[in-house]
Amino acid sequence: MATQRIVIDPITRIEGHLRIELETDGDRISNAWSCTTQFRGIEKIMQGRDPRDAWAMVQRICGVCTGVHAVASIRAVEDALKYPIPRAAELIRDLMMEMGTVQDHVIHFYHLHAMDWVDVVSALKADPAQTARLAASLSDWPTNSAAHFSAVRKKLQESVAGGQLSIFSNGYWGHPDYKLPPEANLMAVAHYLEALEWQRDVIRLQTIFGGKNPHPNFLVGGMACSINMDNQLTINQVSLAQLEGMVQRARDFVEKVYCPDVMAIASFYKEYADIGISSPHLMAVGESGYSSAGAPAGQLKPGFVTDADIRKLTPFDLNKISEYITSSWYAYPDGDKAGRHPWNGETTPRYTGPTPPYKHLSDNQKYTWCKAPRYDGMAMQVGPNARLMVAYSQGHAETVKLLDDAMLKLGIRPSQLNSTLGRTLARVLETQLLSRRMTETFAKLVEGIKQGDVNTFNPVFWDPDSWPKSAQGVGFVEAARGTLSHWVQIENRKIVRYECVVPSTWNSSGRDPQGQLGPYEHALAGNGRHPLRDPQRPLEVLRTIHSFDPCQSCAVHLTDLRGSPLGEVIAR
Amino acid sequence: MGDILSFTDGYIKIKNHCHAVTAGREREGTMLGSPFDLWKDDESCSEYLARQGVSRRQFLTLCGRVAAVLGCGGLVAGGRTKALAKEVADRLTGARRPVVVWLQLQECTGCLESALRSGDRTIENLILSMVSLEYNELLMAPSGEQANAALSKAIEQPHLLVVNGSIPLNDKGVYCVIGGETSEALLRRAAVNAVAVLAVGACAHYGCIQAASPNPTGAVGVASIIKDRQVVNLAGCPPIGEVITATLLYYLVYGHTPPVDHDGRPLFAYGQRIHDKCPRRAHYDAGQFVASFDDDNARKGYCLYKMGCKGPATFAPCPVIGWNQGTGFPIRAGHPCLGCTERHFFDQMTPFYKRIPDLDVPGISVELTANRIGAAMVGASVAGVAVHSAATVLRKYRTRKEEQEPESLPLAALGEEDTPGQDNDTTKSK
Repeated sequence: MATQRIVIDPITRIEGHLRIELETDGDRISNAWSCTTQFRGIEKIMQGRDPRDAWAMVQRICGVCTGVHAVASIRAVEDALKYPIPRAAELIRDLMMEMGTVQDHVIHFYHLHAMDWVDVVSALKADPAQTARLAASLSDWPTNSAAHFSAVRKKLQESVAGGQLSIFSNGYWGHPDYKLPPEANLMAVAHYLEALEWQRDVIRLQTIFGGKNPHPNFLVGGMACSINMDNQLTINQVSLAQLEGMVQRARDFVEKVYCPDVMAIASFYKEYADIGISSPHLMAVGESGYSSAGAPAGQLKPGFVTDADIRKLTPFDLNKISEYITSSWYAYPDGDKAGRHPWNGETTPRYTGPTPPYKHLSDNQKYTWCKAPRYDGMAMQVGPNARLMVAYSQGHAETVKLLDDAMLKLGIRPSQLNSTLGRTLARVLETQLLSRRMTETFAKLVEGIKQGDVNTFNPVFWDPDSWPKSAQGVGFVEAARGTLSHWVQIENRKIVRYECVVPSTWNSSGRDPQGQLGPYEHALAGNGRHPLRDPQRPLEVLRTIHSFDPCQSCAVHLTDLRGSPLGEVIAR
Repeated sequence: MGDILSFTDGYIKIKNHCHAVTAGREREGTMLGSPFDLWKDDESCSEYLARQGVSRRQFLTLCGRVAAVLGCGGLVAGGRTKALAKEVADRLTGARRPVVVWLQLQECTGCLESALRSGDRTIENLILSMVSLEYNELLMAPSGEQANAALSKAIEQPHLLVVNGSIPLNDKGVYCVIGGETSEALLRRAAVNAVAVLAVGACAHYGCIQAASPNPTGAVGVASIIKDRQVVNLAGCPPIGEVITATLLYYLVYGHTPPVDHDGRPLFAYGQRIHDKCPRRAHYDAGQFVASFDDDNARKGYCLYKMGCKGPATFAPCPVIGWNQGTGFPIRAGHPCLGCTERHFFDQMTPFYKRIPDLDVPGISVELTANRIGAAMVGASVAGVAVHSAATVLRKYRTRKEEQEPESLPLAALGEEDTPGQDNDTTKSK
């Protein structure tokens, strides 16, 4: 059958701007290109700045996983300055990160991913009473009633009654690959709306500690929110009561709505445990981060596993990371073949693509603003499935139990976590683990406060006069979408080099000098069996791409802080 | 805000009346088919009601009730109800939910996330009941061709244009390309038939982080591209969610965008300094300052001015509206204000932890104390508004004389059947 070229741009329901170009052979994908079409140059802007300001600037890399770049940044600066942080401040940061990821995962599923599996129009045909029976068989969530589902159906009917479908306009409704019964669709639509209410409630945890969300405030040296039970403008008993409620409500929704929904929906789409198989190596750096000092004692070991043997962990070595530009619009002084370590990062943008408006990017060797990070020369998947597999390989009891139970229910094998369904399943299981851990973190904070452990800031190295003349540090965190690292070099109290290696850079990268595909590309074109029935309505492709939870504003950044001007642009 | 809320309720009442009629038919046993057949794509509200067996007389009675509801809201004086009923009937006759096109250009999605955080008048309420959001990359169902088709169709009609993100102009715009088209081309195309343009967030305002020195991609705000009409700037990185939804509601209720200050920022949100409404203000006046984070004074809730707080130079509603449904705001949580609603705050307000007199706040001599800076900025702001208002009055006066423009009424956003031309001032911001 003839090869057909297909362009999907914009990929919607993601963060940032992503374009996917494909070649198909009949109804199967034979080749794929992942093109990130936005570039902002944030790290260039960091040059000469006060390292204590860096978190606020790099935080603006992303407003969806808001907070993770800020925390990676302050950890990098604190690593450089060997800056000890009070325990209460660490616990507060952990809580903010945990809630951020829990909220981010839930939003991803309901608001960015669900419409790949849920036919919204079919929900109009559902019987509310039967929907309530279905929902009751899954969980005892209080709003799972016939009256509630009836009200949601009515709202949906009214919304589309005028023929104006709003965000549902031109959806792929009625596509033969939508498999849920109308009642399951209605339940999911109801929970789409409830998840919107839920997320704006629980994320207020970040507002209490960080003053706002998106983009809460953080602080090198600790946290700015003082704890004093006897003052109006500090973390006090009122705040603790609010926080406790949010932590509990976060956990309730995850356990009683998100988990049962994903398990129920997944059971209709089990074939996706064999679709979207991506790069066989999966990497994670552990729970509470990693720095040049290594991982905190007692936490999971960082490393990578291969999907064929998820019991074997290969230990992590931060010196083995390199970034390649074979397929990206940059130039290296020593050519396109060699990779560069983040400490030695170099970025001169050199656009060689067609002048917009254009039809195809994949005609060219270079087709994206995203660099290609590789670990020891290998493409790595990062994200929830990588984290679960790395924890599983170490026999982490809670992970093993949760994963084994879920795999038994769905009848899949551990290696199938490397699949479209596996990535989505891993995300929900991880949310369950995180929402439990958040309860523990909060309990530790409260117990500490009772014992008088209320210091949130360490002033010892706040004054730049106390800093060494030059220093460098790295902060690794596990962000919602995977392993994130920020690398900072400081000279004479100013930033001279700043580098971020971001989860979506790992996952959405293009080809490297060996011709190895990036993980998005590999998932679509790795085995020539990924389906695409109707190129006009590329539902199957969206399922696989969304299973990675793309964050393209994160993925692309400019790293050269040595003051070289932006490079030449050759547009033709 | 009271008026807005009550009129928002009035708007909802209108919709409920329509639905009540439909529901009544249903109860009488008329079988309605799929909900998609209820109201046809090319059908107006009155045609639809007629097809459903609602007489013109019943329809006008409905409009009378709607007018009464609106009159009760306090915007329209008594005695005008009858005229208003006719106005409502005229507008509802052609009523459709206003189309909204919400672009995301060079940005981080934080502004749309902030809109998702808005309480009370929520984004789901807006996009499912009050407007039809026909294009938005984050939320819309289709991708690729179908997404682009939805955009092309939406921008042919009169629509509200909301923009997140900046426009990189360097190197022929290759730094942000969507659907193969530069963000500048996309913005220009989307703006042609826009009845109002809202630049939401600091990126759309002036470029924010991308435009921070040395502005590698040549990022600019919406107003640098769309110059033939007022662009409303919802400043902030991001703006508070409620400010975003309230600005949309303001337009839906009053039919024009809200009055703005010298920098295009709505007065209802950006009319006052953070410093003037700060819960720590009494400590500033008493000279009680935090000297180091988490010191004894921090634990007493003292003023953060010496820690670098930019509240004295920042016009924003944070202490009044609060973030995340009034849960707090940065100063409340012990961190100095970064000044994120002011232009180029990543350059003008940094280093963030240095106090203001050491900084060169634009247009203000560095010797001035923070308080005098604030006072000077209040003056500048008011002067800006006055000039702007005068210009608006002149323009409106001229337009009315020439076109017999009706007074703008709450439903102006609903019934505009004519494609608004560049000179049709009824649908433009004041």
